[in-house]
Amino acid sequence: MTQLALVIDLNVCVGCHACVTSCKEWNTSGSAGSLSDMNPFSRDPTGTFFNRVQTFEVGEFPNTETVHFPKSCLHCEDPPCVPVCPTGASYKREADGIVLVDYDKCIGCKYCAWACPYGVREIDEHQKVMKKCTLCVDRIYDTALPEKERKPACVLACPTSARLFGDVNDPESEVAEAIRERGGYQLMPEWGTRPANHYLPRSKTRITIHDDELTRVDNPLNKERQLPMPDKDAPTLDDFTSW
Amino acid sequence: MHPAFSVIFLTTLIGVGQGLFLALYTGQLYSVVEVVPVEDSHHHYGIGALIAVVFLSLGLLASFFHLGHPERGWRAIARWRTSWLSREVIVLPAFMGMVALYGLVHYFDLNPVLFTLRETFRIDLSLVIGALTTVLAFTLFLCTGMIYACIKFLQEWATPLTVVNYTLLGAASGFTLATAFAASQGSQLTDFYAGWALLLTLAALVTRVASLIRNQRIKHKSTLSTAIGIRDSRIRQKSQGFMTGSFNTRDFFHGAPQAVFKGIKWFFLITVFPIPIVLLALGMGHSGVAVFALAFAIQYLGLLADRWFFFAQANHPQNLYYQAVG
Ligand code: SF4
Ligand code: SF4
Repeated sequence: MTQLALVIDLNVCVGCHACVTSCKEWNTSGSAGSLSDMNPFSRDPTGTFFNRVQTFEVGEFPNTETVHFPKSCLHCEDPPCVPVCPTGASYKREADGIVLVDYDKCIGCKYCAWACPYGVREIDEHQKVMKKCTLCVDRIYDTALPEKERKPACVLACPTSARLFGDVNDPESEVAEAIRERGGYQLMPEWGTRPANHYLPRSKTRITIHDDELTRVDNPLNKERQLPMPDKDAPTLDDFTSW
Repeated sequence: MHPAFSVIFLTTLIGVGQGLFLALYTGQLYSVVEVVPVEDSHHHYGIGALIAVVFLSLGLLASFFHLGHPERGWRAIARWRTSWLSREVIVLPAFMGMVALYGLVHYFDLNPVLFTLRETFRIDLSLVIGALTTVLAFTLFLCTGMIYACIKFLQEWATPLTVVNYTLLGAASGFTLATAFAASQGSQLTDFYAGWALLLTLAALVTRVASLIRNQRIKHKSTLSTAIGIRDSRIRQKSQGFMTGSFNTRDFFHGAPQAVFKGIKWFFLITVFPIPIVLLALGMGHSGVAVFALAFAIQYLGLLADRWFFFAQANHPQNLYYQAVG
């Protein structure tokens, strides 16, 4: 069964928020209506977003590491947010595994947000319905777009290609390969939600250098080994030439 | 979690309504087997059921304030197969209807005896309606409790004690109200209700304290480490991605200072349990309306605090992602 998802490479994410802004831009101009903001141009602006980038620091000074961590709906394979919805507004598509909210059915009871452990559902304070990442369902199937643009807006925007998109259940796909070969993992596996989105761990590039690689045993220079420094008081060439 | 006032009022008000109905029906059952005197159908059961319906309606009204789109509220009956919330939305009006029917049958005395058991116990229509309504009352407690208890990662809620507490606290407050109501009518059932109210309040004390102890010892399964998938216990948030708050920072944190949080706990522990217990015990025997009414008022006030605390105490794992603004 197809399960579309994102694979996010924490190793190359630089925390630039390009995915956040491109997501907001695409989804606020969509046919489903805007992603509304409150006080966007005054004190305490706040608004609805599908995607956020957070930053964490791991380790103890001076050995710390900065981890930029994009977070959006993980399109769980066993989504706890779906069965709790009393209206059926929250649903998971059979065809491609995308979890969506039907804005015309949602009564804004927020129960699904309580039932998502990841905090990725946000109520739209103007439309009063629950909103969350749609994996840009309105663009990935749009045949009016060139084939290579039929991807979520965030994936196209990422300058470091930290976001991969595809069918995680297709072993041949780029995303499945990345998960398989680069240690892709899921968030909070303890709740059995089986998130479809995966994260690729950070990895350091290390090289091992042995001592004998720095000093070669068979160094030919050894043959003409440097002579000991002449004594400080010994006459030098200058004594004869600098008159 | 952020305590939502609409839900605090919804759960406490319908709890009183359910408890009051259960009290009336218990009274009626006992009078059938002639343990307690038979009460006047019209005044006692008719008006009593009316009061229960009023409480239930107020609760239902409060629930609408929780919805972004109350006008679409009817849609919530759709997913009763999977959603406890949907089940509650179905059971609540059904229960209200049945309580109203129970009241009407009593009030207008449309209460034919259907059959006689062992030639002594006369089973009338209201008794049968009441039995069905009782089933609905307990189903409603189950639904309300399970709405919270079924979310397994809200570990403070995910326990059978949640359902037990909703049931016992609702029943206790309903029986206390029934006591005050019976006393105001000078009913002979006053002390009977008061005794039950005392027992239920004591039982609720035991289970509520048990849940508090349990929650104090909870070890949360999710940590920042499982939340972002990095195996290191030394993780600090440096930015949550925005400065001035979002739905995630508003709806999942209670935001009260620790002192207030603790204060509310002690407030409800005192006002829901010892004060009503003392007042009920004092009133028993002299049927003091004022004492019983006071007991109910204080207990209800306490239940509002109890519900506030119930929400505030629950730690949602999403909060792990919102520990520092920047
Ligand atoms: S991440 Fe949350 S909102 Fe998305 S499918 Fe999983 S539980 Fe539902
Ligand atoms: S807020 Fe909307 S989508 Fe979420 S549970 Fe309620 S009705 Fe369903």
